[in-house]
Amino acid sequence: MGTMRTVPDFSVVRSGHEVQIPEQVSVPWQGLHRAVSRAPTIPGPAPAGRGGAAPRMRSGAAAAPRHRRGGAAAAAPAGAAGGGGGRRGRKKMPGKLKVKIVAGRHLPVMDRASDLTDAFVEVKFGNTTFKTDVYPKSLNPQWNSEWFKFEVDDEELQDEPLQITVLDHDTYSANDAIGKVYIDIDPLLYSEAATVISGWFPIYDTIHGIRGEINVVVKVDLFNDLNRFRQSSCGVKFFCTTSIPKCYRAVVIHGFVEELVVNEDPEYQWIDRIRTPRASNEARQRLISLMSGELQRKIGLKVLEMRGNAVVGYLQCFDLEGESGLVVRAIGTACTLDKLSNTSAFLPACNSPSKEMKEIPFNEDPNPNTYSSGPSTPLKNQTYSFSPSKSYSRQSSSSDTDLSLTPKTGMGSGSAGKEGGPFKTLLRQQTQSALEQRGGSPRRFCTRREFPFFTLTTFPPGFLLHVGGVVSARSVKLLDRIHNPDEPETRDAWWAEIRQEIKSHAKALGCHAVVGYSESTSICEEVCILSASGTAAVLNPRFLQDGTMEGCLEQRIEEASPPGCGFCHIPYDELNMPFPAHLTYCYNCRKQKVPDVLFTTIDLPVEAIVVGKGCLIQARLCRLKKKAQAEANATSISNLLPFMEYEVHTQLMNKLKLRGMNALFGLRIQITVGENMLMGLASATGVYLAALPTPGGIQIAGKTPNDGTYEQHISHMQKKINDTIAKNKELYEINPPELPEEIIGSPIPEPRQRSRLLRSQSESSDEVTELDLSHGKKDAFVLEIDDTDAMEDVHSLLTDVPPPSGFYSCNTEIMPGINNWTPEIQMFTAVRVSRLSNINPTNQTLNKNFNDLCENLLKSLYFKLRSMVPCCLCHVNFTVALPEDELVQIAVTAVAITYDKNQALQANKAPTEKSQQRASTDNEEQLQFPLELCSDPLSSQPFSPAKEVLEGASSHTGIPAAQRATSLEKASPLAEGYLRHRSVPSCTNSTVSVVKMTPLSFLPGAKITKYLGIINMFFIRETTSLREEGGVSGFLHAFIAEVFAMVRAHVAALGGNAVVSYIMKQCVFMENPNKNQAQCLINVSGDAVIFVRESELEMLPVQPSAAAPQHTSSAGDVTT
Amino acid sequence: MSSDLDVFVGNTTLIDEEVYRLWLDGHSVAEAVARRLRGGVLEREGTSVAVLQSDTRDHYRTFQMLERLLHAPPRLLQQLLFQIPPERQALLIQRYYAFDEALARELLGKKLSKGTKKELDEVSARTGVGIRSCRRQFDNFKRVFKAVEELRGPLAENIQQLFLLPPALARDYAAIVFFANSRFETGKRRLQFLSFADFAACAQSLMGHWSQGALAPEAAEPDGDLPKSFLQDLKELKVLVADKDLLDQHKSLVCSALRGKISVHNELEANFKALSRALVNVGGKLTHARDVRDFFVDLVEKVIEPCRSDKWSPGDLRLFLTHYTAAPRNLPGFRHQALWERYMAAISACLLRMYHD
Repeated sequence: MGTMRTVPDFSVVRSGHEVQIPEQVSVPWQGLHRAVSRAPTIPGPAPAGRGGAAPRMRSGAAAAPRHRRGGAAAAAPAGAAGGGGGRRGRKKMPGKLKVKIVAGRHLPVMDRASDLTDAFVEVKFGNTTFKTDVYPKSLNPQWNSEWFKFEVDDEELQDEPLQITVLDHDTYSANDAIGKVYIDIDPLLYSEAATVISGWFPIYDTIHGIRGEINVVVKVDLFNDLNRFRQSSCGVKFFCTTSIPKCYRAVVIHGFVEELVVNEDPEYQWIDRIRTPRASNEARQRLISLMSGELQRKIGLKVLEMRGNAVVGYLQCFDLEGESGLVVRAIGTACTLDKLSNTSAFLPACNSPSKEMKEIPFNEDPNPNTYSSGPSTPLKNQTYSFSPSKSYSRQSSSSDTDLSLTPKTGMGSGSAGKEGGPFKTLLRQQTQSALEQRGGSPRRFCTRREFPFFTLTTFPPGFLLHVGGVVSARSVKLLDRIHNPDEPETRDAWWAEIRQEIKSHAKALGCHAVVGYSESTSICEEVCILSASGTAAVLNPRFLQDGTMEGCLEQRIEEASPPGCGFCHIPYDELNMPFPAHLTYCYNCRKQKVPDVLFTTIDLPVEAIVVGKGCLIQARLCRLKKKAQAEANATSISNLLPFMEYEVHTQLMNKLKLRGMNALFGLRIQITVGENMLMGLASATGVYLAALPTPGGIQIAGKTPNDGTYEQHISHMQKKINDTIAKNKELYEINPPELPEEIIGSPIPEPRQRSRLLRSQSESSDEVTELDLSHGKKDAFVLEIDDTDAMEDVHSLLTDVPPPSGFYSCNTEIMPGINNWTPEIQMFTAVRVSRLSNINPTNQTLNKNFNDLCENLLKSLYFKLRSMVPCCLCHVNFTVALPEDELVQIAVTAVAITYDKNQALQANKAPTEKSQQRASTDNEEQLQFPLELCSDPLSSQPFSPAKEVLEGASSHTGIPAAQRATSLEKASPLAEGYLRHRSVPSCTNSTVSVVKMTPLSFLPGAKITKYLGIINMFFIRETTSLREEGGVSGFLHAFIAEVFAMVRAHVAALGGNAVVSYIMKQCVFMENPNKNQAQCLINVSGDAVIFVRESELEMLPVQPSAAAPQHTSSAGDVTT
Repeated sequence: MSSDLDVFVGNTTLIDEEVYRLWLDGHSVAEAVARRLRGGVLEREGTSVAVLQSDTRDHYRTFQMLERLLHAPPRLLQQLLFQIPPERQALLIQRYYAFDEALARELLGKKLSKGTKKELDEVSARTGVGIRSCRRQFDNFKRVFKAVEELRGPLAENIQQLFLLPPALARDYAAIVFFANSRFETGKRRLQFLSFADFAACAQSLMGHWSQGALAPEAAEPDGDLPKSFLQDLKELKVLVADKDLLDQHKSLVCSALRGKISVHNELEANFKALSRALVNVGGKLTHARDVRDFFVDLVEKVIEPCRSDKWSPGDLRLFLTHYTAAPRNLPGFRHQALWERYMAAISACLLRMYHD
């Protein structure tokens, strides 16, 4: 086993963090593998029997589900108690929620005798329930109810979903539930989002799926409107989009916000043994909905404290920890956004934060290095020891534990009235610890954030000055029951630890910030791997409120990096490099140093100059692990992780070289833990950056050069590799302009000109250099074949089949090198579960199986979408799960976008020009930013007045719900087209409006005119008649279709016609074929938007601003 | 390595027309894959059998889920589960309700009952239409029949509205419903030369000229039933053959009008009375359900076959029918001219349509 020999390397990595694998020349690839830590154990009730992967089997006996806690029952008391610091000082802001139940259609037959249904509806919000009359004997009831009015406070509004239950009236026995609709009313709480929710919603039942539809109208009147943004987090907008949303401008990007709440999982509560599966599922759905609401509200409060008004790149995840509980956590980037139509109106009255920032003399420290590394140690210690510094990173869930723990910060938050000085507020949550340690002036540090992380992946031009490379950290933890849901300290501490590690990795790369930051977990039984990764970067302070970048930044700002290559220039000191790297002068500007390869987790910056096209690159890996319990298990996982990271990195590097490319964007590495194996899947988009040197080829070197046939074999392989590289260069059109050698020079005296990749440590480097198989390229990559493993690896390199002609694929937002998208898109989700059937599996066979599984899945996607050719699969997102022994589940969500081939060909003739064009396709507004940054953020407003008027007109029209349907039809050329379609007269009475879905933040050929709010939905589906529903595939197929349908219905009810930045965050599938049962949980999110086709936008008449009508209408409603 | 679970779900539901065709034809997944392979898709797309299988299964699952909605096409348009562009929805409906004429011909006039469904095996063997497809088409006939059975107004329009079918297809279904309702005998050997299209045209003529809807759209009786009062009135026409004078006058009027215009004048003179009796009596018998069944048999046996054996050309028949219908206007004492013309309009149309080899 070749891998075993590399052990010595990793003992180093494990003990410290900055130590690099010697061969990892160009990419900082730090992995943190912390020793196992167990949460403090508090004696508690013995855990119930393990649920395992199989779905529970319940008796039919039912009991009323009523789980404790939650905003539902406790919303009012929690608010009154003052809870976390953020809540203190907030006034109650009562509002009125109004709901009207209009009609139902296609209800299921509930009375077999009459083949009809006597339906009525319960409308529940908080603890208040209203009922409609029974509409007898109809499958299409017309209730046309009165307005049901709920008087509620805004906190309740944020936490609670509106719950609509459709029931069948039964005179003699209990009423039968037909199904439910949960409506998140959050979008109604922003002034700029939707004003009404109105439309047909699928009635959903966790056992039967969708059962008919119900037409509902929901409105919210918030009193005390004027103070809305000061008094609650109601006004904070949330975006899943990981870039500045299209019709907004970032005034300030404040930075990282995070929060987590924990609870017991209803599925594992004792009551679950006696209640029906339906009751259990509904309890779970409702709990998660409540927790999401609570989480969002808390994050909102933090944002307000930072004086922001929005969260961008909001990512919320669930950790189903089984018996240990349920964790809902979220991260995001707090921003102050400005609607592009009203540039001046929205800035905070007191003191513009951006101004504040400029006033801060943050360049006091002459030595950037000392600065950046200075606080790292003490800070780290603090975080690890559960000290006060941690508490400001979260507001504990509805208890005052925090206050008692950390009186100082707690008080601070309490006293920081919103009307107080801006610094007070900022001070409150800023690192007081930092102040204490450094003894600096409060003013100096007041804007410092604990973690300078950004969940954004795309930035306004000029924001990103330099990119250091990928930083990642992983940690293996043992889960323990969360005994007190109000104290999620342990989970917090875990994440704080990891973030700290990421931060210090970034510092080691000379970077003050981490962009494209994300966090994930993988849980198997009681073991949990926590992962975080991002891209170390140096940012332009102009956009930031916080002063984290200080010295080093100031120094670099002078340099005025050229736009197309600045981000490639190394941020670290070349004489004091954090790891051995091969540096050259930038191939673009020839002024700064660049590495030979660049890995990042962000999207390709719009200004980047790219040669040719990009492609999806994946590294796939399996590692067997012994089954073990508790600590032993965690330890063995910890031991395996470094190997996996290393191998994944090696594969990525090899595959990148094989494609003749030199940079990876959107890198996402997933390590999944199962009972008896670990799986690693890394996806990224490879590109050729013009600023970086041409990658060398791959050389393979045999270990036993005397054997003739072996040599022949080696040379045969070498030829194959060379051929592949040549073919790929042609395929991806990589023809970089030739540069005279002397211009580039070789600035760094290096003993080895060759960056090598060795599989074996025992090999001496000399031996390799002797074998000069170089075919002219100076940076050849040597792959040594010393055993069969290595041979397999080389083979596997060559097994990746390029997509069929007409197809390209990438996992980033846009495909580098393609710029002429046509409007046709097809978003899809594919899920496969395969059995790794080997009786005695080895790593090799597993690898091969896994590799085949992924390749076949891709092949299958290409085949399915063949009618769209030429097209590109964008944002290809693979997630791997190991639901059971030998079972691998892969879920892929992506969007296929067609493009115009003829135009593409033209553009290809001028690579540089083309790349610029490409950048402009969907970010045209951003490109209009002056590339040299002006100091005043307001004056950098790039829009022409004409455009503003248009935007204002379309985005501010408060289209009444009644008119909406028609205006929607207008908005969608599709709908219009179909109406015109004469050959299908029968279908013109279609009432369902088309809702597009895409994982991207934009729609090709369209302009997003309004963001209507975040969609965040969680569904459970269960069946006890798996065979009858078409087996596992039939069951899941229907469920995914149902989830799509429910997302579309909610968007349409908000008045939207698309979901952007759509993501399926979780798809947990469990089956028990013996019992004919299966259960699946799906969590999706995205941003509901209204888009207008660009072609139609030009024709759109300027409508009068709807600000006034909107106001009057709401006022009118109040009086009703 | 086997895939236990393998699904692909698009936001816009993918519909592969070829696979839909195979599914409609009742092929199993394995058969469909085999047929697609023979179609050469593998070579064209450079893919593998496994991919083809997975793709076919996905489509089949989608179609199975869609089938429930296809049973009530307006629901397909309203449902939220599958986002399908309208022209695709129309295609799905149209193909689902399209039928094999050979099969429809076999089932024409039969009661759409469970008993008939059980006989589909033989029908399948005779027509070469797969048994599953036969059953699906049979169920379509039955579903449409049940849906419009009690409805008022023009049958074809009702069908078009309820099932969103193209007009031509809706008319064909109307014919099937009409035949099933009146239970006309179509299976006799001497009727074998008639195609489904012939019968469908006849059904249209009958409904068009005879049914209540043709006269008053608000009429109370469903279009599929021939109006009872009308059929009752037809008995009055018997006077044309029962009254010897009328019969002779009728004959002389027609014969003199056609003199020199048709090649079979002698035969006409010889057979006029028999023909006229047959033509009038067909209508007179229609009040009895059992005689209704023999409507087409009678027409063939008593009109078409004699004419054919006398080598009438279609033109001869047309001229004859025109004058035969018009002549009673000039008959003294005949008071049922309107009824007569309404009756003969349908009969003529049927005869002309059916008069071929």
